[in-house]
Amino acid sequence: MEGGRAFFPSFILPPKIALGQYLVRRVLTIIPTLIAISFVIFAVLDLAPGDPTSALPETIRPEVRQQIRKAMGLDEPFPVKYGLWLRQFFVNEPLSLIEKAFDIQIGDGEKRLRVTSWGSRGVPVMDMIVERMPQTLWVVGLAYLVAIAIAVPVGVVSAIRQYSIFDQVGTFLSLIGYSIPTFFTGLLMILLFSVKLKWFPMIYDTNLQIVDWNSFVQQLRQSAMPVAVLGFFQAATLARFTRSSMLDNIPMDYVRTATAKGFRERYVVIRHILRNSLIPVVTLIALGIPAIFSGAIITEQIFRVNGLGALLIGAIQLNDIPLVQTVTFIFAFLIVVFNLVADVIYGILDPRIRYS
Amino acid sequence: MAVRTQTASADNLAVEIPERRYRTLWGDVWLRFRRHKLALVGVFVLGLLVLGVLAGPLVYTVDPEYSFIVDDIDSINQPPSVQYRLGTDDLGRDTLARNLFGGRISLAVGVFAMFVSITFGTLVGVLSGFFRRLDNPLMRFTDLMLALPSLPLLLVIIMLFRDSLKALLGPELGIFLLVVLVIGILGWMPTARVVRGSVLSIKEKEFVEAAVSVGTREPVILWQHILPNVLSPIIVSATLGVAAAILTESALSFLGLGFPSNVPTWGRLLFENKDFITQNPWLVIWPGMFISLTILSINFIGDGLRDALDPRQRR
Repeated sequence: MEGGRAFFPSFILPPKIALGQYLVRRVLTIIPTLIAISFVIFAVLDLAPGDPTSALPETIRPEVRQQIRKAMGLDEPFPVKYGLWLRQFFVNEPLSLIEKAFDIQIGDGEKRLRVTSWGSRGVPVMDMIVERMPQTLWVVGLAYLVAIAIAVPVGVVSAIRQYSIFDQVGTFLSLIGYSIPTFFTGLLMILLFSVKLKWFPMIYDTNLQIVDWNSFVQQLRQSAMPVAVLGFFQAATLARFTRSSMLDNIPMDYVRTATAKGFRERYVVIRHILRNSLIPVVTLIALGIPAIFSGAIITEQIFRVNGLGALLIGAIQLNDIPLVQTVTFIFAFLIVVFNLVADVIYGILDPRIRYS
Repeated sequence: MAVRTQTASADNLAVEIPERRYRTLWGDVWLRFRRHKLALVGVFVLGLLVLGVLAGPLVYTVDPEYSFIVDDIDSINQPPSVQYRLGTDDLGRDTLARNLFGGRISLAVGVFAMFVSITFGTLVGVLSGFFRRLDNPLMRFTDLMLALPSLPLLLVIIMLFRDSLKALLGPELGIFLLVVLVIGILGWMPTARVVRGSVLSIKEKEFVEAAVSVGTREPVILWQHILPNVLSPIIVSATLGVAAAILTESALSFLGLGFPSNVPTWGRLLFENKDFITQNPWLVIWPGMFISLTILSINFIGDGLRDALDPRQRR
């Protein structure tokens, strides 16, 4: 890999795969992974001692309960239940989502069996998730943008001015940011900014509608702390990584060549070092997206954001197995998809990866 | 570094032969570790915390469950004072006593969960690095485990098995074992990958080749030649693993899904007291500070150990 390859005539190189083919190949590999994961999640939750009829009123007679259980397909053997769930999850739910999104009918929508919640008496799980998604996306997305905007410049400057005061302070702060759990920073921020200074509201109001400038400002104010908590934590990791990636590239020969040609330092840093160093950073950014969703579970709990994480915690407390199953699987799905995205980005940015 | 010199012989020309003092491998590691100031601070702070939670409850003999309301109706939500060293909570219980007692559990979970994940990770890593036939299946399995969302799954598994283990082993021990096992079992993958990488590179070294050529059996090679040489990445990931496990346990308890309220781990204390943050901020400041200090010092130590154990990767 160390630059030696360019000297070999092209017929010695293993064939370079075209980007399209590379994409198809990678996308195909996630199918078995997804099936395996869905199996694990389904199997773990199928062991659950929970009973969907426990949320129903006490007055319902045992025979009726038995009937309900049967109607929900809970008495079926495990493989049948798994197969049914797979079909519901991969066929029925996406179809319903598409119907809703484009306001069209595909087949008989009424008869289609959907995954329904045990806790909320038969509300389709997906509808609950779609309802909660925007809050989480807003907080998580904003936090990630903040994290990237802070981390990349800090990491770059720390690396160029290695061992300077800026670098030492930055490295120390990022180590601290990475070590202090978000639930503590969150509580500290509430103490400082809500209780003492009264700058930001303590509790996130999910029902806030953005209709005018004032409500928009209010939305920004209530998002400030959750976004800051989640963003700083992520920024700490990213800054450390950016710094070390830059430091990997600085001693490289191509940097010396560029400098020897007489380019200004700024040009060398931006056009040569940064471009190459950002390849793994961009990959890490893609890989970190699922993790920040998981992190949001905790942040949402601190600030009472009524998002996906809060939905999961509530479902766990209510023993609402289908809801837990679906949310957990969505988290897993995010991980697999963003792994793929990271791989593909890497393949595009660094064509050497596509030599197999 | 003391260099002793000795004169070779009296009538010879006085040739000075510098003789390096004999140092063991671990002596070497210690020398390099000592240069890492933050790591030393970490050792000191962590030492204090460990000493505190181990010896603290023996010296400071206030019952963590005792409510001082019985003696004095005004003893709830007290700030730190001479009488209540770190204050009291909403039920008039002593914060210092609760933190000391809970810290034991937090640290114990960290250490035990680390042992589970290190044992499992090392096993998988060594096997897949050493036996070519096992490599692919084991690594696919590791990838699969890595693709599972760990925090949601942790919550789910603990919810599912809490009641049955509680019935089997009693409420405290049952939950403790469950938390330790689940954190350990969902946390071994990074170790397995690092260990596998090291085993793969050690396996190609000449001394292993030499051992093979004199007919050493595979288990012996594995145990005597490979394992000692992958010890340093294992030690580093064990150190960082303790911090990760403590953090995970705190997160679980903070969500109210870890330990019950009579086992006041630091995370649990945060969970219970976060609603009283306006009345008595000390209630969340103390446990949060203890968690943060513990994790920070362990991470400093881990960084120091990484540099000390593998000077080639120093930066």
